[in-house]
Amino acid sequence: MSKKPYKLEARNLNAYYGGFHALKDINIAMEEKAVTAFIGPSGCGKSTFLRTLNRMNDYIDGFRVEGDILLDGRDIYNKDIRVDELRKEVGMVFQKPNPFPKTVFENVVYGLKIQGIKDKKVLAEAAESSLRKTALWEEVKDKMDKSALALSGGQQQRLCIARALAISPSVVLMDEPTSALDPISTAKIEELIYELKNDYTIVIVTHNMQQAGRVSDQTAFFYMGELVEYAKTKTMFTSPKHERTQNYITGRFG
Amino acid sequence: MNHIDAELSGLKVKLMEMWDLVEYQLQSGRDAMVNADQELARKVVKLGKKVNNFDVKIDRMCENLLALYTPVAVDLRLVLATLKINANLERIGDTAEGISMYVQNRKEPYNPEMLEVTNAIPMFDEALAMFRDCRVAYKSNNTDQARAMLKRDKMLNKIYRKSDKIIADYLRNNPDSIEEGLAILAIIKKLERVGDQITNIAEEIIFYQDAKVVKHKSKKKNKDNGDKE
Repeated sequence: MSKKPYKLEARNLNAYYGGFHALKDINIAMEEKAVTAFIGPSGCGKSTFLRTLNRMNDYIDGFRVEGDILLDGRDIYNKDIRVDELRKEVGMVFQKPNPFPKTVFENVVYGLKIQGIKDKKVLAEAAESSLRKTALWEEVKDKMDKSALALSGGQQQRLCIARALAISPSVVLMDEPTSALDPISTAKIEELIYELKNDYTIVIVTHNMQQAGRVSDQTAFFYMGELVEYAKTKTMFTSPKHERTQNYITGRFG
Repeated sequence: MNHIDAELSGLKVKLMEMWDLVEYQLQSGRDAMVNADQELARKVVKLGKKVNNFDVKIDRMCENLLALYTPVAVDLRLVLATLKINANLERIGDTAEGISMYVQNRKEPYNPEMLEVTNAIPMFDEALAMFRDCRVAYKSNNTDQARAMLKRDKMLNKIYRKSDKIIADYLRNNPDSIEEGLAILAIIKKLERVGDQITNIAEEIIFYQDAKVVKHKSKKKNKDNGDKE
């Protein structure tokens, strides 16, 4: 089997919040069209790292990065990279579903409208296609002009994923996408992640170890700002190399 | 101690209890055979029920652990290894019972000459020693000691392989002892299986400790060579 090419790569990445050294010399390469999971205790740097992948930390006072993050081989922190262009490539889904207080339709096409697309037919097609990808179309096709806030939490989260997909990114970052959802909605999102990796590179932060096991191809374990271990998920959960990884995944931390 | 540690150590304790019981069965099976002790033989057979109860209990504990604690890494390997060690212990207990069943109906000890030429007693003693050492290896997480089982099993296999010819030769000269000869042959065959089962247990200890799969290794190598030829 040929190895998939690397989509995202961090090289000697260091990140600081003022004087606090949040990420220490991270080196990691993530495969294209695969799911990479970040695990680790709170404050270990996994979310910080995820957010550096589409420069979500740029506006935090005192935050700075050193080192490179390469998307398709290009450094995303390079001066000639426009952040809005970057975010078209790298979409993001958050922990709590955060639909806008607008209709379902307006939510999905929001990014496209920002890009200046006005053609109603194009927008309608994009909305349907994104909602189908997130297996939400059948549930909301008759509620397109209803408020997105009237949807259930699980539906709202899938709507947010549809919104992220509508602008055709190649990478989707997910920061604990199911931690606010019930088991059934969680299962749907996990199914969805499994489907989406045919077309997208997915990076997911999760506190749910079993979820990392179920959905990801590779798992990275972070601790105190360091990348302790990065390996095939199967290996990580059956025979991790480092004792700290083992202690963490078996629940014997500290 | 956290919750899952308590469960896992409870599982280990249960497995050790079963181990002790089966060791007693095997040792008593030997003594009963050597001394034609019918009483002891009956006791070994009777204990089978108790071993079966342990078998069921340990399986149930593993099932609960998997369902409720979703163990991973070393914990998962411990549960999987325990499931298999449990099954092998139960089989070894069955063997001790099987040997005792032969003894139950015997009035006098087996012909010492036949035991001598077949090496049945040293074989039994080595199987018992392996069983004991394997228990120590499990308890002390000693994979070197577990690995030694894989080599020691070869001695049992050697005795087993020679046994049919030895017994056939013996019976040719002593046709009156046919029944006895067949019984000893059957016992030797059972002991050879015990060696295999101890080896299986040793492999599980290595898997649990080192996350290495050692079983079917030599076979695979032979096959690979065979493919090349």
